[in-house]
Amino acid sequence: MNHLSSETFGENAKAALADTHLRGALKNATSLFGERRNEAAASLPNWEALRTQARAIKDEALSDLDRYLEEFARNAENRGAKIHRALDAAAANAIICKLATEHRARIIVKSKSMTTEEIHLNTALEAAGMQVVETDLGEYIIQLADEPPSHIIAPAIHKTRGQIAELFTAELGMAPTDDIMQLTGTARTTLRDRFATADLGISGVNFAIAETGTIVIVENEGNIRLTTSLPRVHIAVMGIEKVIPRFADLDVFLKLLPRSGTGQRLTTYQSFITGTKQRATDEGPEELHIVLLDNGRSRMLAHPITRQSLACIRCGACLNACPVYQQIGGHAYGSVYPGPIGAVITPQLIGIEKTSQLPYASSLCGACRDVCPVKIDIPQLLLHLRAEIAPRKGSAAERLAFKLWAKVMTRPALYKMSSVAGRVMQRFFPISRAWTNGRDLRPIESKSFHELWPF
Amino acid sequence: MKVSLFVTCLVDQLWTSIGVSSVEVLRRVGCEVEFDQRQTCCAQPAFNTGYRKEAREVAQRFIKLYEESDADAIVSPSGSCTAMVRHYPELFADDPEWLPRAEAIAAKTHELSSFLIRVLKVEDVGASWTGKLTWHDACHGLRDLNLKHEPRTLIRNVRGAEFVELEHADACCGFGGTFSVKYPEISVAILDQKIDAIERAGVQAVVSGDASCLMQIGGRLSRNGSKVRVMHLAELLNHR
Repeated sequence: MNHLSSETFGENAKAALADTHLRGALKNATSLFGERRNEAAASLPNWEALRTQARAIKDEALSDLDRYLEEFARNAENRGAKIHRALDAAAANAIICKLATEHRARIIVKSKSMTTEEIHLNTALEAAGMQVVETDLGEYIIQLADEPPSHIIAPAIHKTRGQIAELFTAELGMAPTDDIMQLTGTARTTLRDRFATADLGISGVNFAIAETGTIVIVENEGNIRLTTSLPRVHIAVMGIEKVIPRFADLDVFLKLLPRSGTGQRLTTYQSFITGTKQRATDEGPEELHIVLLDNGRSRMLAHPITRQSLACIRCGACLNACPVYQQIGGHAYGSVYPGPIGAVITPQLIGIEKTSQLPYASSLCGACRDVCPVKIDIPQLLLHLRAEIAPRKGSAAERLAFKLWAKVMTRPALYKMSSVAGRVMQRFFPISRAWTNGRDLRPIESKSFHELWPF
Repeated sequence: MKVSLFVTCLVDQLWTSIGVSSVEVLRRVGCEVEFDQRQTCCAQPAFNTGYRKEAREVAQRFIKLYEESDADAIVSPSGSCTAMVRHYPELFADDPEWLPRAEAIAAKTHELSSFLIRVLKVEDVGASWTGKLTWHDACHGLRDLNLKHEPRTLIRNVRGAEFVELEHADACCGFGGTFSVKYPEISVAILDQKIDAIERAGVQAVVSGDASCLMQIGGRLSRNGSKVRVMHLAELLNHR
């Protein structure tokens, strides 16, 4: 259920607007995240400098990505990790399914990872006969509900407490309650058992440090720590843009990411994983596999304007700040990555054919750019994509309208004539219902400013 | 100082009193105002919808027109249209002939409140208006031109006006150009947050710097039968 398509964005959005539960949940969550983020940002006097520095580090990594990836791979391999390179989603899924099969994995525990959502890894693993258990509470909830995540860091943001209680009663057989301690307690007990029996753990990656070959993952629930340390084998999946040059660079990102995402000064857990266990007495997995995923990222890297899309650290701040997201939530976008950053990266990842509405799902207000911790100019990217989409995918009527518009706007005599024509037309033809369904229309002036001048 | 007015197509067709007020305010603070009858649009509708070729045609015409003027500045009662002109260099990034011309015109173009405060250093234009009012930050003025204190300073100096800050004054009104008719339901849902805040503020008028936002906000207020009126900053500043 609820696996919507980007092609029906307009319809999806209308349905979302009619869902009062959804809008209530969104209003609470986005305003809470937004306010906490603003307070956290304001509490650091050097916030702007940190943003500039973070972007400079990302730009540095992206400008020499091959070299930093090689350095990361070499250092991780020196510590016992095995590096896999996947050009696209199918290749990544094939690598991971093969590893899972080789290790005879039956139960796989997973921590929250948008990259694995991007490649639809769970579907591939389940098709190969494995049981996949999401262990982040939000991800666990939506897995039970058979829904995709609706937010980058808070996947079940669209659900109210009451809806989650109903779901747990139906799926986990617990006695009806909306007591949060009891609900999380039930999830915890169920998941603990899965951790203990899992053959394989799969995680994402927040940062990959070239200098040391370390992967860094941040979280609040401790489930990532368990996913990456209890099972015998750990597979980490990362987009190639996650690499940063030096360990010291983390200082900036670990200040920006939690503050931008949830308003926290620090997440509860930061896991630093450098290779596999080095001695038999060490704890942790015997094997670490790191899958480096391209899946369209090289294309983004190639263009000077789209390259900045790869600086994204997936904090979700732009979603919370977006007036469109605040009203319709994530599912309506019909894409794995929702909100402003989703509208920007989805067409680049999977092409504009089925996603041509997404870059138009914005009033271009720029609130996303203001909150972005790495200063991605999202409106600029939206406009860039619109310029690719309009001439190819715009309706014939729209393309003609803009051709005529340009003719009128470059000829003052025509402009003046059409201004008179507009006044006449307004009297006889109903003006666009798209406007007047919700708003009164200001009538055209009987004399234009051109006609009033000089005075 | 000689000023060339870019009145914007929206004001020209739908809200001429904003243009008239702008001229009168500029004259009151000592400017000589000219108006080129050949002006049309800044090209924003095409640029924002993705029609770069058409946007370039209209932008080139704008540039040529104002290159002929000997005015010291181009002034417009719109943050959004001014921001569009400031975007011209992006339109001609790969065009060595037009890029410097676009840059020169962009540098000369100012939004009204910004021109009064930053260029003329005028904070009080001698206006008066009796009642309680609030300000809505139009997005492009706020985020592309960084106009936050300028309009507020001018409003605070209007005699008789009691200024109150709007809750989330910097939140979008949901207009967004063609967005408002491509996705009217989302546009109005966003707008309703703004309308609620305005009604809670208990004001007689909401003032802003862009006719487009005011049409959006005003269209909903009037549909709701609200007593709150919308007013452009130029109209307020010209009220005596």
